[in-house]
Amino acid sequence: MRLNELPLECQGIIDHVAPTTPADPIARRLEEFGFVPGEPVKVVAFGPFGGDPMAVEIGFTRFALRRSEAARVVMQDSAEALSKLDPTLHTASPGQTEEA
Amino acid sequence: MTSTLPLRVALVGNPNCGKTALFNQLTGSRQKVANYAGVTVERKAGRLTTPTGRTVQILDLPGTYSLNATSPDEAVTRDVCRGVYKGEPAPDLLISVLAATNLRLHLRFALELRQLGRPMIIVLNMIDAVRKQGLEIDVPRLQAELGVPVVTAIGVKRGGAANIVQALDEPVPPPPAPLPEGTDLHAEIRRLLALCVRRTSTRHPQFDARLDRWVLHPVWGMLILLVLLFIMFQAVFSWAQPFMDLLQSGMDQLGEFVGTLLPEGILRSLIVEGIIAGAGTVIVFLPQILILFLWILALEESGYLPRAAFMLDKLMASAGLSGRSFIPLLSSFACAVPGIMSTRTIQNPRDRMVTILIAPLMTCSARLPVYALLIAAFVPSRTVLGLFNLHGLVLFALYAAGVLSALVVARVLKKRDTAEHPLLMELPSYRVPGLQSLCIELWQRARIFLSRVGTIIVTLSVIMWALSSFPAPPAGAVGPAIDWSLAGRIGHLMLPLFAFIGFNWQICVALIPGLAAREVAVSGLATVYSVGASEGDAATQLAPLLSAHWSLATAFSLLAWYVYAPQCFSTLAVIRRETGSWRLVWVSVAYLFGLAYLASFLTYHITRFFTG
Repeated sequence: MRLNELPLECQGIIDHVAPTTPADPIARRLEEFGFVPGEPVKVVAFGPFGGDPMAVEIGFTRFALRRSEAARVVMQDSAEALSKLDPTLHTASPGQTEEA
Repeated sequence: MTSTLPLRVALVGNPNCGKTALFNQLTGSRQKVANYAGVTVERKAGRLTTPTGRTVQILDLPGTYSLNATSPDEAVTRDVCRGVYKGEPAPDLLISVLAATNLRLHLRFALELRQLGRPMIIVLNMIDAVRKQGLEIDVPRLQAELGVPVVTAIGVKRGGAANIVQALDEPVPPPPAPLPEGTDLHAEIRRLLALCVRRTSTRHPQFDARLDRWVLHPVWGMLILLVLLFIMFQAVFSWAQPFMDLLQSGMDQLGEFVGTLLPEGILRSLIVEGIIAGAGTVIVFLPQILILFLWILALEESGYLPRAAFMLDKLMASAGLSGRSFIPLLSSFACAVPGIMSTRTIQNPRDRMVTILIAPLMTCSARLPVYALLIAAFVPSRTVLGLFNLHGLVLFALYAAGVLSALVVARVLKKRDTAEHPLLMELPSYRVPGLQSLCIELWQRARIFLSRVGTIIVTLSVIMWALSSFPAPPAGAVGPAIDWSLAGRIGHLMLPLFAFIGFNWQICVALIPGLAAREVAVSGLATVYSVGASEGDAATQLAPLLSAHWSLATAFSLLAWYVYAPQCFSTLAVIRRETGSWRLVWVSVAYLFGLAYLASFLTYHITRFFTG
């Protein structure tokens, strides 16, 4: 599953970012924004016209991105990954990452 | 410690780390805003003197997420930090500013900067907001782990930068030892956060989430946006009006007063009709510009502007732009000058250029007097479909023609460019804009407008005055004086070209003073037809005269001309100022004149075909 397919208010864990070309500046910027393996991400809103773009949350930070950009983010789709999440904090349990 | 050479310090940080507020606190009004050599990136520098008397020169570098630059301003930051920017000496000390509330994101860039191996200190800004997040940062531990001094600050609070000033009094710290090449910075961040950040309560920030639930909502969010835009326009058009009238009458009175002091002659004419009238057209814009900018700055500082861009991105994407272009384009309906100045909020340089190019197509308020005159003179006031007034419909069509043409132009410009231009952006935390910062930023915009744009406009206005005044008509000459002048002759010379689009020589002559400001064409026509003195008088007397003298096709052709023609020096001056090159000015002039001629040609001949 990819980030653009994640429904509203749902969260998942990032597996990796898949660049579309060898030097994909958007993929690199995504990684700089913290879209890195193991990071939990939650969908917080969809745009009013055709559900594009989307707004997502990583830790305390929110980002807006178009669906075509979100399609670069590959999610872990195992139920086991989701069960590791602390539902009240919308983030990984302390062992995995510390939030700030 | 006192040294003769000022310490050169650069403020570096992510966008939204509160760097500019800190810079404003540190330097107050002792700031110099200019451009970096060769690029149109704004260079902000300031000075401060520490309690021990050390002079510090602070450079506020453009905010960036990483040293992998994706835009010209990020490239400036990268090169200055590396000390390789031409004409910019390497800074003695980097101040890496982090939002303490967003360490996960901001630490990455700080670590990247640390890898440069230059002396640096780290500032944890917005430290007061961390407690509200239910978190606690172990600052001494972080300092020990990072190996560079770490101080805290509150950019929006008076005295919130005291720790930085104190740190600047210390000797410059030794450069940190970089991490081994190829270290996973994200892993390092996780390690640092696990060591230095402690959760003190299970409370987490609900404020952003709660507000975003409304602001980003497909229905409520759009409604909030519409209300904000409505208030903005109300402010620009109604609240600014009394101030504009006041300034206008003030300038008029100044002109009259100076007129009584000087003897009748060329000097008086130059000062009153050239310089004072020219300065008047500049100063009268100021209330609109200040209100618009106050509004845009407040929206930007509060964190709302990126959310508006989020809401409107899809709409603007259909024209090949991003949501960031919406507010500048909307502002251009008031006046293209502040619209183009506000394109600074667009990070992507290509989007910014396209937005600047199409901004003059938005129907600005200065076109209204011309539209009103021609519509009143030529369009019968009739009710159409029992609901709409024909006057209103024609006016709407003129606005729509501008917007649709802008969409087409933007799409054509986009065709030449196949790269993907992402929206991808941070939605920063909401915050209350700091008053001091707002005032400083507003003052800077006003100063740029008055000094840089104003001088060009006044110069051109004097040239226009000279063209319309010289040579004076010979004694005993009949007809309006302007007809004898250079402008009149140019108007007559233009006639062969403009006859194809139905213009007579009177229109051609009136177009020339109209170059200074669009609405001046109305008084220009009045001068040519020798009626009325003031603008209001002229309009009422002109309407019947024009409907008697002009064909419907000519009137419509002139309307079409006004939708497109680059009839405003102020706009061209601000394009020059904002892009730093004449190239885009000439591109605008050429394509707008081309469109204007084509539209008028079609309008004239189609109308003639139907009216016979």
